[in-house]
Parts: sequence; C-alpha cells; structure tokens
Amino acid sequence: MLVFAVVSLSGCVEQKKVLTISTTTSLYDTGLLEEVIAPEFKKYSGIDVRFIAKGTGAAIQDAMRGAADVIFVHAPEKELEFMKAGYGVNRKVIAYNFFVIVGPPSDPAGIKGLSPIEAMKKIAKLGREGKIVWVSRGDMSGTNVKEIQLWKLAGFDYDKLKNEGWMHLTGSGMGKTLLYASNINAYTLSDTGTYLKYKKLIKLEELVSKGEELINIYSFIVVKNSKNFDAAMIMLRWLVSEDGQNLIAQFGKDEFGKSLFNPISKVDEKTREWIVKYGFFEDDGVKTECPKKFRLAANSLEFSEVKIQ
Amino acid sequence: MDLIKLERIWKSFGSICALRNVSLNIKESEVLTIIGSNGSGKTTLLRILALLEKPDSGKYYFRGKLADESLRGKITLVPQKPVVFRGTVFYNTMYGLKVRGFKNAKEKVRGALKKVGLEGYEKRNAKLLSGGEQQRVAIARALAIEPEVLLLDEPTSNIDPNSIPAIEKLIRELVDDGMTVVVATHNLFQAKRISDRVVHLHEGKIYSVGSVRNVLEEPKNEVTRKFVLGELYY
Amino acid sequence: MILETATRTLELLTNPAVLDITLRSIRVSGVATILALVVGLPIAAALALLNFKGKEIIKSIFNALLGIPTVVLGLVLYILIAPNGVLGYLGLLYTELGISVGQMLLILPIIVSFVVNSIERVEREIRDLAYTLGATEFQTSLALLREAYSGVVLATIAAFNRAIAELGIALMIGGNVFVSGGRYNTRVLTTAMQMYVARGEIEVAIALGIILIAIVFSISLLSNSLQRCYGLDKT
Repeated sequence: MLVFAVVSLSGCVEQKKVLTISTTTSLYDTGLLEEVIAPEFKKYSGIDVRFIAKGTGAAIQDAMRGAADVIFVHAPEKELEFMKAGYGVNRKVIAYNFFVIVGPPSDPAGIKGLSPIEAMKKIAKLGREGKIVWVSRGDMSGTNVKEIQLWKLAGFDYDKLKNEGWMHLTGSGMGKTLLYASNINAYTLSDTGTYLKYKKLIKLEELVSKGEELINIYSFIVVKNSKNFDAAMIMLRWLVSEDGQNLIAQFGKDEFGKSLFNPISKVDEKTREWIVKYGFFEDDGVKTECPKKFRLAANSLEFSEVKIQ
Repeated sequence: MDLIKLERIWKSFGSICALRNVSLNIKESEVLTIIGSNGSGKTTLLRILALLEKPDSGKYYFRGKLADESLRGKITLVPQKPVVFRGTVFYNTMYGLKVRGFKNAKEKVRGALKKVGLEGYEKRNAKLLSGGEQQRVAIARALAIEPEVLLLDEPTSNIDPNSIPAIEKLIRELVDDGMTVVVATHNLFQAKRISDRVVHLHEGKIYSVGSVRNVLEEPKNEVTRKFVLGELYY
Repeated sequence: MILETATRTLELLTNPAVLDITLRSIRVSGVATILALVVGLPIAAALALLNFKGKEIIKSIFNALLGIPTVVLGLVLYILIAPNGVLGYLGLLYTELGISVGQMLLILPIIVSFVVNSIERVEREIRDLAYTLGATEFQTSLALLREAYSGVVLATIAAFNRAIAELGIALMIGGNVFVSGGRYNTRVLTTAMQMYVARGEIEVAIALGIILIAIVFSISLLSNSLQRCYGLDKT
C-alpha cells in the first residue's frame, strides 16, 4: 500500500508538465527534434517537450491511449483516419521533403532518371525475372505507407506483392533497412533525411528523386483530449511561425550541405500543387490540410484551403 | 523418583520403525550413555527426549509429570552435525539466553566458552571455524542456558583426539554440579570412560541397561555381547 | 575493429550523455530492486514460514513467473498504465518510476523464489536448534529469516542484474526519451543500445554493451567477495 502511495504521488506530478509528442523513427533519427526543436521551443515558451519515436502506427496507438499530446507523422491517409476516428484535430503541414528510390550504383534495373511510377513498374518486372531485389520496411511506417501507395499507382497490390521472392521485408527502421539493402545490392525507398545521414555508410545511390508521387509531407496533429492541449497549440503556432520555419530550413545545411527538410512556408507553386494533391483532404468543395469539423479552438490559426476546380 | 521415565515408546517414520517398545529410566545427575550402531535409533531417542519428535505411542514423564512444551530449554540437544547461526561465536553462545530475555549475558557466555576450551573466541565468525570448534560452540551454547538435562549426540566425533579428554572431563564436572547428561555414541571406549550407566539400543530395541560392567565388560545379553565384540555388522 | 571499439568505448565514457544514461540505468533498476525487496521479503517470509491453503500453488506461480518474457510484461503494463488505461491515473507511462515499477514486477519472482528456497534449505536444522534452546515460534521465525540472509544477498544481486539488463519493459514503459538537458528523460543503457543497433551504429551499441556488462560483472564480483569474507557461502 505504501508503495502504491509513493508511486501515485510522483507519477501524477510528472505527467502534467511536459508535452509528449509521438513521432516516427525516420523523423526522430535525423536529430531535428531532439537537437533543435526541443531546446529552441523550451527557450521560447519554457515548456518541456519529449519525443517518443515509435513509428506511425505506434504513435497513433499512443494517442488513442492518451499517452501523447501530439502526433507528428508523415502518412496523410492514416492521419485522416485518425481525425475521423475522433482522436485528432488541428492538422497542419509543417514541412516536406521527397522520398527517394535508391539502389546499387550499377543500376541493373536501369531506373535512373525515370518517373517514380515507371521505375516501380520496371523494378517489379525485373524482380519477377529474378534479376534484382527490392527491400521493403513492411512496418506500416510513413515510408512504408508511401511505398504501398506507389505500388498501387503502378498497378500492383502490395499485399500480394510482398509474398513474392524478390521482395525482402525487414520489419525495421529506415537506417537498418538501408544498411541491409546496401549489403545485398538491392533497391529500396527511403526518406531523404535518413538517406543523407547514412550515405557514407552505404553504397546505394539516389536513382529516382523527382516526381510528385515521391512527395513526403510531415504534419502536426493535436490530440483532441490531450491534457496539454494549450501547450500543444502553442507549439503548433510556433512551428508554423517564421522562427520555427527558419529553424527547420537550416537543419542539416552544415552537416550535409543541404537542408533535410523544407519548411512549408517557403514552398514553390509547383510543389504546393503536389502537396495539395497528396496531403490535403476534400471538405465541402475545397481541399484543405484540416477539414472544418476537425478544427478546435483554433481561431488565430489559418488552415490552408484550395478550391477544387 | 527417577528424573525421566519413558514407557513403551514406539516411533516410526513412514515404513521405517525407529523405536520399538522402548522403556527407560534416567536418574538425576547421572551420565547415561546410549550405545548402538548407526541407524539403531539413538538419534530418534534423543530427539524424543528433547521434545523435537512426538512418539507414536507411549509416555514420557519428567519428574512424575507428563512432559510438555514447558520443558523446552530445560532439556536441550546438541545435534551430531554442528549447526551454527550466522554470526559470531558470542552471538551463537548467547542465543539461548537472548531468547529468554537475558540482557547481560556476557559473563555466562564467557564461562561457557571457557568450559569448552574456546576462551577468547567471542568475536570469531562461527561459520569459518573448523568442525570441531563448531561442535564445541554448540556445546557452549547449550551450557549457557544452564539446562537440567544435556543431550549430546556423538559429541566428539568431529573433534580432534587431543581435545577429547577435556570434553569428557567437562561432562564429569557438569554431572558433579548436578546436571544430567545423556550421550549417544558408537565409541565403546568413550562409553567405558564416562558412563555411570549404559543402554544398548539395537534396531530400535533396548537389549541391555546397566552398569559399565554389566553391559560393556561382561555383557549379559547375547546381542549386546556380539555388538561389544564386534561381531555385529554395522 | 576491436581497436576502434575500444577507443570508442573510452571516448563514450567521458560523454556526459552516456554518463546520464548509465546513472539512470543504475538508478531505475536500483529503485526497482529496493521496491522488490520491500514487497518480496514479507511475501517470501510468509510463504516459507506460514502454513495456509494454496501455499504450494502460490510458490509454483512465482517459480513459473521467473521466466516471463519482458516484452510480454512490458506490453501488458503499457496497456494498463497508458493514461486511458485502467491504471492510467497513476501517471506512470514514460517515467523512470514507471520503469522501476515494471522491473519490480519482473524481478519479484526472483526475490521470492530465492529467499523461500534459502529459508527452506536451513529450515529443519535451525528450527530444531532454536526450539531446543527455548525459542518461541516467533523467535524461531526470526532466526530462520536471519539465516536466510545470504540467500537475500544473492537474490538481490540476481534481481538487480536482471532488471538492469532487460529491454522490453524499459522500452515500452519508458519510451527511450532523451532530450539533451531535459528533465523527463527515460533513456537507459538497454534502450539506447537497441536504438543504435536499429540505426546501424554498431560500435556505439557495442560500447554501451561493454559498460552494461562491466556493471553486471562488478556487482557480481563484489557480492561474491563479500560472501566469502563473511563465510556466507558455507551452509
């Protein structure tokens, strides 16, 4: 009984004062969140932040169980489901970059420079001929979800495809997957951030990096019943403010020569169209980053909307 | 009146019968030695006397009254295998006094240790002593509570031969001071040296009771005679 | 490769983040061990000394729980203590205390089984001895518990080592949180290792592993020499 008392007391005290953000391992592993976002936000607002990096599916579980105040992920379809299920509100796109199809420098499948869909078709064809191997994370992460989407656009059903011998499933994080693919000279899909980080450890090269289908959109969604709702909103506003967006833009420039993430505030026209196409949802005649019914106590926030032609 | 009277004691453990119809009187201030081979029932008999076992049938009288819990500490047993508590020799020796609430036991402990020849051993770690030393600690521990009856199961089996005379002398002194001592042993020479009376126990039955002369030197009983002459295999 | 790893390990030892993680590992598992002793010793004493219906069944249950996989325990606890869960009000998820409580449940069977066992080993002879020297039932129980001391020491060591080396609970309940200079960190040696392995930074992972093994070994050695010093390894 004494143990219980001690336990409850200290537990209750801790939980309230920190903002808990569940996020994906690929975002977390770049270091942006730990090294830049958390300390800078603390300086700005005095609020402590902690990140739980688990993967998109697990992040959503956390939010459903009340263990997270915010989810910061990159799987628009799943995000919409999340909001429709009543858990999430006030979604805003924060940043973007591109996924990239990587493979051995010799490129036996000859996909360099092709469009993403054409590349996927070729990979499937040559894979079935036994000439190349494709590595998939198979873990329902944002990257995996994008991969499934690409297969679908190319005319394949991922659930059936993953049983074919030329598809290797690692079930693990991006870094490990890249290392594995490198070791066996295979092709895989990666986010730019992780790829740049691992570039010197692996022998894979960027083969297909252009194409609207490869767009990778990071969004911030507040958990509706969060006990730290106000703090979450403060962070959201800060992330989309000029300060927040600049921090994101700078990250990685020193180490890799180019930024790992592109702030949404500086997006060009063309790319913006892609973001609307792949990351916005239909709502009453417009496409928006957050349908009206999922907006809560967000008066001063502008949610991006585009009329449907 | 005899100090202790055992009437028709039977004791079995499972299918093994340890004591059969044992009747025995023990006189006050005597040294009674129980001799017999291993497995003859000596230890069981001592344990019943110490109230650690209850007989299946039969009666145990102490000073004319049926023996009960209140006798604990008046009769104490030093087992064959020395058992020491974790701690110092002092802690061990003092244990019996401690559980009765004696606060200032130092003198008694010192006295007891002196009697067994372990003077100055108070602070030593009991677990690190040799087997013989531990056995002597066990005896000192029993002496410290000043029992009326001291039961010793093979008391010198682990002790080096040089120390045996002192122990045997101690037994004599204790009895002279009024204690009653019952010793179980298979060492016939020791029995000859220390006993007032001897009991021969074989396969749970008493075959002889009497003086050293009648049991060891000129045994009247056939089985006892064979035992003493070494013709019984054990 | 070995030279690289060795230099890496030495470098890491002076890294404040690594020091933070190491101390946290020791602290979290230390608290877990203390909690397990506080809860487990009375249970062990009761199981060893009292006679009640179902005693053997409870002893068997504790023996069976010795082998519970940490991921299973971690998952069950995660579901229970997540804020929306049954025990959510305790606020244990993603906290050091939460990990400690989880590890406590993991190592409780170790404490109980070891101690019950060490009491039962000496029970007969100590019980007889205390009885024959005039001790009451209660005093005899105390003597038995006192004799079980070396068992308690061994159990504590084994329990601590199991706690500090486990991953499932620390990961699911702790969340491997680490913000530089932050106040809510829960990253420990095991969760850090798995993260570095997942990222492919094997050398760092190995270096952390060496630190972990060093802790486990030195505690075992310490316990062994203490036992020999006091003759506790002799029954």
